[in-house]
Amino acid sequence: MANKLMVEAIRTGTVIDHIPSGQGIKILKQLHLIEGKQKITVGFNLPSKNFSFKDLIKVENRLFSEHEAYQLALFAPSATINVIEDYKVIDKFKMVIPDAIEGIFSCPNSNCISLTEPVKSYFSVKQTNNAIFLKCKYCEKSFNKEIVAGV
Amino acid sequence: MSNPLFQQHIISISDLTRAQLELIITTAEQLKHAAKHDALKNKVIASCFFEPSTRTRLSFETAIQRLGGTVIGFDSGTNTSLGKKGETLSDSIRIISSYADAVIIRHPKEGAARLASEFSSVPIINGGDGSNQHPTQTLLDLFSIYECQQRLDNLNIAFVGDLKYGRTVHSLAQALSLFNCQFQFLSPSALAMPDYILAELNERHVNFQTCNNFEEIIPQADIIYMTRVQKERFDETEYQHIAAKYILGKAQLTNPKSNMKILHPLPRVDEIDVAVDETRYAYYFEQAKNGVYAREALLSLVLNQSLVKG
Repeated sequence: MANKLMVEAIRTGTVIDHIPSGQGIKILKQLHLIEGKQKITVGFNLPSKNFSFKDLIKVENRLFSEHEAYQLALFAPSATINVIEDYKVIDKFKMVIPDAIEGIFSCPNSNCISLTEPVKSYFSVKQTNNAIFLKCKYCEKSFNKEIVAGV
Repeated sequence: MSNPLFQQHIISISDLTRAQLELIITTAEQLKHAAKHDALKNKVIASCFFEPSTRTRLSFETAIQRLGGTVIGFDSGTNTSLGKKGETLSDSIRIISSYADAVIIRHPKEGAARLASEFSSVPIINGGDGSNQHPTQTLLDLFSIYECQQRLDNLNIAFVGDLKYGRTVHSLAQALSLFNCQFQFLSPSALAMPDYILAELNERHVNFQTCNNFEEIIPQADIIYMTRVQKERFDETEYQHIAAKYILGKAQLTNPKSNMKILHPLPRVDEIDVAVDETRYAYYFEQAKNGVYAREALLSLVLNQSLVKG
């Protein structure tokens, strides 16, 4: 009992595991998870084999969309998504940082035409050293991912 | 002649390859020396200026008329029903592109030209979109450099003035990075070249350095590209101190190379002393005139699969 994680198992839903410690709270906010009605179990600073500590989020009765997985990849590229049915993992996949992100974030440039016209936002994603930058297709400005995501 | 620009949108200088830039420049040179050309005969071109820009508009419209084309359009967004009725740009462009063979767009919002290209059935030419891109200014700058140096490769180009907000210097540096040039930057520290441009230059292995005064750049420069340091970015005392350091006068022109030329996107205020105008180094008025030929070349290539000699 002393070695068990005190995070409740879920019957059906999604478990986001191996989130770098400290990123879990950002993911909850960015994916608007706490605004919904679904039951959420979270663990922060849990012991991890790969990292010293990790965060973990379990969301009941919900499967993640492709768009949400992209957002997740930006903040926690090392995370894994486990799809749970009847308490068993029926699918498991790792996050991949996409080459482009369409229609999720608004451009932070207040003078960008994409904010006032009926088009989807579109950013190409570029990694330099340890930073991830998103470049708007329209105004051609590059922004740090945190600025684009508003976190 | 193979023409990769036929029916292409011209939105950003970074969309153009070195070969495409060279094609535009050699075409501009031919058109400048051609007696008469009717490359735009029977073509209707919409000149849609959602904000005023007198020199850009007049040089585009001159280029169209000199090549036998017809211009329709407007010179200010506030004078049209488009702005007053609140129609989206995308709807406006859908309609205008059904009237014309090409659309030139000048717009205060960044990304307007790229967006327009997604809704247009004919080529869009970016005449400037906010602080983003002004590719035809860069084309006329490149043509002017080529014309006065007879090459674009292996030149020393000095950029002086407001390198932070000046989109002309950003685009020109990006374009010249395809031609193995070396750059010197001279600006107030508050108006230094942005990091993202420096990162791009580093990625392309471009040799550049920051300089402190004209003495450091003039003896080695082939081109000095001057821009204006705007008063409103500084308080009055600070501006007086800063501006004096970035004003180019005849006194600074000691020991230049014989081929050295001074360019400026204009309008100038006082950053180039009028006494420099009469020297052999001043090339900015010829550069402004070249705006017509660069735009003639671009429109000709976009609207003709092959050019017939005039």
